[in-house]
Amino acid sequence: MANFVKGHFLITILATIAGLFVYFFLHLERSWEIVLVVGLAVLTMVVSRRKNLIARAQETCLQKPKFSISVFFVAAVAIIFALRSEHFALLMLTTVLLYITVCFGLTAQFGFVGLVNFAGIAFFGIGAYTTAVLYQYAAIPDFLIILASGLVAAVIGSILILPILRTKGHYAALITIAFGVLFRTFLEVNDTLGGPQGLKVDGISVFGLSFNENINLGLLGTGSSYVTYSILALVLCLVTFVFVRRMENSWVGLNMDMVRHDEIAAASFGIHPPSWKILAFTLGNFFAGLAGSIYASMSGFIAPASFNFADSLVLVSIVLLGGLGNVFSVIPAAFLVVVLPEKLQLIQEYRLLIFGIVVILILRFKPSGIMPRGARRYYPSLGVKK
Amino acid sequence: MDLGFLAQFFVNGLVLGVIYALVAVGFTLFFGVLDVIKFSHGDVLMLGAFTALATYLGLSDIGVAPGVALILVFVAGIAGMAFVGAIVCKFLVLPLRGAPQLNTLLITLMFGTVIRESVRLFYPSGSNPKPFPKLLPDNAFEFGNLTLRLDSCIIVLLGILAIIFTQLFIQKTKFGLAIRAVAQDEETARLMGVNFKTVVLLTFALGSALAAVGGISTGLYYQEINFAMGLMLGLIGFSSAVLGGLGSLYGAIAGGFLFAALQTVGAVWFAVPAYKDVFAFAVVIMLMAWRPTGLLAERNEERV
Repeated sequence: MANFVKGHFLITILATIAGLFVYFFLHLERSWEIVLVVGLAVLTMVVSRRKNLIARAQETCLQKPKFSISVFFVAAVAIIFALRSEHFALLMLTTVLLYITVCFGLTAQFGFVGLVNFAGIAFFGIGAYTTAVLYQYAAIPDFLIILASGLVAAVIGSILILPILRTKGHYAALITIAFGVLFRTFLEVNDTLGGPQGLKVDGISVFGLSFNENINLGLLGTGSSYVTYSILALVLCLVTFVFVRRMENSWVGLNMDMVRHDEIAAASFGIHPPSWKILAFTLGNFFAGLAGSIYASMSGFIAPASFNFADSLVLVSIVLLGGLGNVFSVIPAAFLVVVLPEKLQLIQEYRLLIFGIVVILILRFKPSGIMPRGARRYYPSLGVKK
Repeated sequence: MDLGFLAQFFVNGLVLGVIYALVAVGFTLFFGVLDVIKFSHGDVLMLGAFTALATYLGLSDIGVAPGVALILVFVAGIAGMAFVGAIVCKFLVLPLRGAPQLNTLLITLMFGTVIRESVRLFYPSGSNPKPFPKLLPDNAFEFGNLTLRLDSCIIVLLGILAIIFTQLFIQKTKFGLAIRAVAQDEETARLMGVNFKTVVLLTFALGSALAAVGGISTGLYYQEINFAMGLMLGLIGFSSAVLGGLGSLYGAIAGGFLFAALQTVGAVWFAVPAYKDVFAFAVVIMLMAWRPTGLLAERNEERV
């Protein structure tokens, strides 16, 4: 019983610490404050790694998945409410949440079955453009538009399935790279889709609640319009997370792992590698499309310039920096990669340069990422022996 | 559309094809010896063009004749990029040999970003396009609708010479033999006394030097260079190399010309010429679905 309570207590403390870090990270504006917060976070990470705290924390959370998810969800909602009047911070938080969603999809593609997708931002963009077009030409409920955007991304992605299944390694990488460039160029020259100027997108409105207006939060006063979007993004992120985690833990994830490790061995054990690759690829693109749809509604305007090859690289870097295949690791990596450059105004001009150098250093000296994927555990309730 | 017009497209495509082939040969050389993709190749090309430009500006300040300047510009670009290529190989590619192939791809991509950003930030007003000096005679011959510029011919000739030189180097010299040996089987090559590291570094220097030739040619052809030109050229060079079949020299050359041909056909075919890249990349994807290891790839079966 004491142990039971201790576990819950620990998870709550963890969520509080993480929440405070994220809050201050988003809230503070001066460069030295940001550096302080990041430094403190890194210090905490290093110290807890020394004491093996991270592994133990992860362990505790894994043993009580439902409770931890609810606590972290509450923490995230608390952050959103705490930032309710700060447009920029919420915009960034929402962007990070959407990027995290896309990266969950990429993790499924490239961490689970080993398909590298260098066109992540293209599928994100397909979702965004689908939303823009559907708002203009179709009168369907807004939530269906989000769903439809994900589906369109998945369907367009299925064009690539045949070439991807037939090729391997660098050849497969080329296919997604070529698709990413093709998509971007297509948007730029296509006048129906707005060309380089892009398209305007209406905001979501559900049951009379328009997402683009400031909302009344009762006792908390008025909140920025981004509050609704960030909560929507948070819910999407959470659903994706649970989905991908469940998949990883089930026999599906086991099959996918086997396909990644050795296709021939997998095939000789009766697993059909192409099916699992198709499943992971389509699912990943679907998530990217959903995230893209919310992004389009939130920003109210989309243009080809937001869907560059470089953005796909940022997505792949998040997945690699976090630790390939570890679903949790995407979250801190996304915060670092997306928010830090925006926050450090001093280095704004140099941010791509610094980003490049940091990624090079991490790949060179810590290639497994900040939180490497652990070994699969078949009986989570038993825990690991220390 | 008359014959002269088509011939014009053909000539333009030929110049592009030579430049693409120069880039693609680099990719295929790197892949041959180490089975890696060095994605900073396009940005090395851009850096080569900027090195050449800076050299030219320096030389014209001290009043060197244009003819001599042309040679020195090429020498500076080639030597500089050969050095950069070897450095990239030594510090970024070789240490990552045990890691997944993707890490190499990503680390070089990031190094490309670093080069690109450095030129943008630290080259004097580097974010603007720079005019590239006209170092080649720009006489033009008119044949009906076809305008044949002398400098285009020289660029094509130069590129072909560079490729032939590479080919001869690989086929006829001892170092070339070592490169081929390493490409075939690294361990056996080492056992036969081939200095693996030197060979790899040399190959990277050679490939990067070719990129410099490609970069300077691009500058001479368009008479303008900018910091972002390497990204697209690198992508196209990579596509050409993969299209031809990684590891195959002839494949890379064929891929380069094929990609230029696709772009040219796309430009002629569509009412909006800007669709040419969409068309070219779409065809590349389809060709890859048809021949998953490129058009001229060596057949190798997987052993279990």
